[in-house]
Amino acid sequence: MDPVLSDRIILHVDMNSFYASVEQAEHPELRGKPVVVGGEEDRRHGIVLTKSIEAKPYGIKTAEALWEARQKCPGLIVLPPHYHLYKRYSKIARAIYYDYTDLVEPFGLDENWLDITSTVQLHGGSALLVAREISERIKAELGVTVSIGIGWDKITAKFGSDYKKPDAITQITRENYREIFWGAPVRDLLYVGRATERKLHAAGIETIGQLAHASDGYLQRTFGKIGFMLRSFARGEDTTTVKSYDARRCDVARQIKSYGNGLTAPHDITCERDAKALIYLLAESVAQRLREGGMRAKTVAIAVRDAEDLTYYTRQMHLGASTAATMVIADSAWQLLVDNQPLDEEHAVRGLAVRVTSLIPSNGNRQLSFFKDHAQEDLDHAIDGLRQRFGNTCIQRGIELTDEALLGLDIKNDNTVHPVGYLHR
Amino acid sequence: MVQGIAHRKKQYVEVTALHDEEGLVAPLAIKWEDGRRFEIDEVLDRRRAAALKVGGTGTRYLVRIGGRETFLYYEDPRWFVEAIVPDGAA
Repeated sequence: MDPVLSDRIILHVDMNSFYASVEQAEHPELRGKPVVVGGEEDRRHGIVLTKSIEAKPYGIKTAEALWEARQKCPGLIVLPPHYHLYKRYSKIARAIYYDYTDLVEPFGLDENWLDITSTVQLHGGSALLVAREISERIKAELGVTVSIGIGWDKITAKFGSDYKKPDAITQITRENYREIFWGAPVRDLLYVGRATERKLHAAGIETIGQLAHASDGYLQRTFGKIGFMLRSFARGEDTTTVKSYDARRCDVARQIKSYGNGLTAPHDITCERDAKALIYLLAESVAQRLREGGMRAKTVAIAVRDAEDLTYYTRQMHLGASTAATMVIADSAWQLLVDNQPLDEEHAVRGLAVRVTSLIPSNGNRQLSFFKDHAQEDLDHAIDGLRQRFGNTCIQRGIELTDEALLGLDIKNDNTVHPVGYLHR
Repeated sequence: MVQGIAHRKKQYVEVTALHDEEGLVAPLAIKWEDGRRFEIDEVLDRRRAAALKVGGTGTRYLVRIGGRETFLYYEDPRWFVEAIVPDGAA
């Protein structure tokens, strides 16, 4: 981990005690008082969603029952959540970040990574200066505080913002990381949860620095691939980029991780022809939603539900390049099904689902393929245009006409089974 | 605490405003809850700011009305002022 000239400058900005701070900003009379935002109190199982800075000394913990929190702190102010307010504050904060870079990636409503590597010269040439300005603007314009971490990758930046709270700035540098980052307990590393921590402790790994020096054999045995990922985090070698989102939206609530659609077939599927018709129908609706969302996908997954015992399994494949083309997604989904599922009377299928994940914005940079025909996506866009004007059934694929039960089914609008619901029922 | 002022409260008000072709919004007049109308003589400053006295955030206009300066906030879509609650008025 020697100094690298091409080091990136990544900021992680974390809005402190977000929900509670917004409530205090909206209601000045709550400032300086122990406040928690909790869910569904009248149902008796309300829990603490966020606690104000003043509630922390009472030992109130996030996710504990409200009655417990009240016991620890008599006179505690409990408020129901006002999500529209939190979204508004989150959006304004993101608009401020966009003044410093176009690379702003949200991590929930209250956290964002900013890559200012190529814009820092426009803002005084110092990461610390940018961080201070952002911190001051958030305070003046929103009335809440942030803690900011500055690092050379997303991991060190995130670590920095957690290092000192609230209202603080911590810069992790090639000079101080051995002391600050490596000296910290291993659970302070992003993605090290309680279970991982326990395993690491069992091997005598207590600090991030010790994890950085863990052996290949141990990591492979204990964690598999994930182990190497964690060690690269600990070594400050994470190369994950800060993804670019649509700046005009500034809206993290719209962040979508996957698109999917599934259907319990009108009759059990016992032949290739019917299965293919349904797969193409589903893939088409998924691809259409994907394009409407302005995204491309790199992974296609299917779920297959057995007609006999109603169990299901899922299979997925990675595409060489990201795509939003119906045919690519449909062909991949079909390939997955053919490779994994015999289609006959013996192995009747009750339902199928198609899902795409690993999304990237379609206006971002992407790897083009020399061999693929990009006209396919233009054709899809033309079909989307027709469907927008004349309805989803105005133009259909030949394959979908082979199953009468599916004929005229508007799968995009009539069938909006949430993919997670289907896959995890 | 300023003499004679107990505290301030968030008071939503009716505002006449000009939206220009650039999308900029300029408040022209405020109508008070009792029906009185105050013309805004000049907008002196315009920035996003938290309303620290009464809570909330929005575009804060520093406006001059009848020789006095005061803040007017545009919360989108509503406008509010930090209204004075005089001593003794609870």
